[in-house]
Amino acid sequence: MPELISMAALWWAVIFSGFYHGINPGMGWPLAVSAGLMERNHRALPKALGMLALGHFLAMIGILLPFSMMMFLVQWEIEIRIGAGLLVIAMGVYLLINRRHPKFLARVHPARLALWSFLAAMAHGAGLMLVPIFLGICAVGANETGHLAAQSLMGSNVMTAFLVAAVHTFAMTVTGGIIATIIYFWLGLKFLSKTWFNLDIVWALSLVLVGAFGIYAAMNGP
Amino acid sequence: MNLRPDPTFHASPKLAMEAPVENYAFTVMLSPDGSQSDGIAVIDLKEGSKTYGQIVHQVIVPNKGDEFHHFGWNACSSALSPLSGHAFLERRYLIVPGIRSSRIYVIDVKDPLKAHIHKTIEPEELFAKTGYSRPHTIHCGPEGIYVSCLGGGGKDGTDGPPGIFIMDCETFEIIGQYEMDRGKQDKHYDFWWNLPQDYMVSSEWGLPPQFENGIVAEDLLSNKYGHSIHFWDLRARKNIQTMDFGENHQMALEVRPAHDPTKSYGFCGVVVDTTNLQGAIFTWWRDDDGVWQSKKTITIDPRPEDPANLPPLLQGFGAVPPLVTDIDLSLDDKYLYVACWGLGEMHQYDVSDPMNPKLVGKVEVGGIAKGADHPNGKPFAYGPQMVEISRDGKRVYWTNSLYSTWDDQFYPDDEGGQMVMADVGENGGLTLNKDFYVDFPKGLRSHQIRLEGGDCSTDSFCYPSV
Repeated sequence: MPELISMAALWWAVIFSGFYHGINPGMGWPLAVSAGLMERNHRALPKALGMLALGHFLAMIGILLPFSMMMFLVQWEIEIRIGAGLLVIAMGVYLLINRRHPKFLARVHPARLALWSFLAAMAHGAGLMLVPIFLGICAVGANETGHLAAQSLMGSNVMTAFLVAAVHTFAMTVTGGIIATIIYFWLGLKFLSKTWFNLDIVWALSLVLVGAFGIYAAMNGP
Repeated sequence: MNLRPDPTFHASPKLAMEAPVENYAFTVMLSPDGSQSDGIAVIDLKEGSKTYGQIVHQVIVPNKGDEFHHFGWNACSSALSPLSGHAFLERRYLIVPGIRSSRIYVIDVKDPLKAHIHKTIEPEELFAKTGYSRPHTIHCGPEGIYVSCLGGGGKDGTDGPPGIFIMDCETFEIIGQYEMDRGKQDKHYDFWWNLPQDYMVSSEWGLPPQFENGIVAEDLLSNKYGHSIHFWDLRARKNIQTMDFGENHQMALEVRPAHDPTKSYGFCGVVVDTTNLQGAIFTWWRDDDGVWQSKKTITIDPRPEDPANLPPLLQGFGAVPPLVTDIDLSLDDKYLYVACWGLGEMHQYDVSDPMNPKLVGKVEVGGIAKGADHPNGKPFAYGPQMVEISRDGKRVYWTNSLYSTWDDQFYPDDEGGQMVMADVGENGGLTLNKDFYVDFPKGLRSHQIRLEGGDCSTDSFCYPSV
């Protein structure tokens, strides 16, 4: 039987979602430009990117880990994946209806970039966007390796969660970093507002789409 | 909501200076005795336009007795920081408070020629939600729109300290008090901040009984008006340092931080030194230990005058005090404009070195016991007061009224509202422009000016000028 969705495609989805989060100014790359300019020091830029990456990674792992634990309940796998898909769709629909920005983010001190990045990712459901892809990887992986003992299955899922979060965050940081660097060294601040698009609706629809994909994949195997 | 950031949002002060020039001004019109409704005049500033320098539209509010004073935008360049989370707001609404009624109007100026009232917040709602009254300075910032209030609760505004409240920047719902720890702050006037450095500075005029029915000479002579400024941890909402200029420095009003967010200094104007009637500017800065310091860097002397020519309030002094009632800093942080409302002078200081300002330009128009006419031969009532600088720094606009009851005490024989403009020379210098002279409708006076697309006392920037 040909596989519905290949392992490679799922990993590409992880990387692609990283690009997607990375280009979004709302996920923070302008703050790296600002840090470099404010401190009049080139090194402040990668440092700021690192802090943003740390916060984003923690937000991803904070969402993926609980799901990797749940996948321990192998007999409920389909139900968990459908539930997760519904949850992601619900977040997307919520963001579509509630178009207001979370005010509490504005209370974070401008120097605490890791905290801000963590909260911004959480508030926008950035981690949830990865859940259906992650669960797909776990399911394909389990299929490929055959049914392992529950213990080692969970261990491998936890490993996968860290790997997914790391690959995604890496792709995001490289993308945001490239844009920040080009603006910082060559294009100048004028391009900051020129490259900023309102992705709110696209973002919310992406969540709905990814959630729907998760449900579809769960119901049609692997 | 826009799909792209508003074109009037600029990452840095430098970019704002390079942006297209202003097409319209919005200027407050107020009825000093509440016999007419107050309003906002929309003035054509397009050079070469047939209606250049004319009032081309008016938004007249339905109530009387509001007494408009200061006002501001719903959104500014600060929205370009991802930290604020609302990059797609439009600079579209003017928040216009009535300083006497405590009523707040939100005016939609998307099409300046069709500007209209979008929402009205009644005083009762403000009192109930904030415990403050007499709303004054408006700034758009991280958590929404911040509004300083001159009065606390109760009929005369002395029931509890005055302070700042926050308003939602999309719905214009009042959220509540800003302060979590106000420290020694018990009076209020102006405030501004440096967003990336996360500090705010606030100043003090006096409590409502000290200004609403006119200046209280006994309070002034016993140094009971405000003479301190307060430094705040902006996001923690905490007063971290109160700086007392000395009690003789009465009425520390406008605070003007440097626009470039890498700089940690600014200026504050003091109306009058009660020991010698001088006006003064203090430069304040943060030292290497993180402690705020200040130094008096500009003093302006009073002008001796025959008591017979003076209003009763000043006869005992035999002199005209400069009365530094407004200051404004150009976007490149180079020129500080100082309105000497008593002398009838507008001063231009080069503050490239903020510790050593140099007087490089001066214009005389109006003034107590002087009443200098505008160079076009028309009268200028009172003296130069609320001043606003174009983004590119080449044009300086100002109006003439200070505050209804105070105008009447310092200029008992004057009446009228005027707005004028001066051109700035290549290397400084200030010349009144003969072609720009707005005379406001009879019975109305004028106060603060806002320029379409932002100006030098509204926008906060989150990226340095490089």
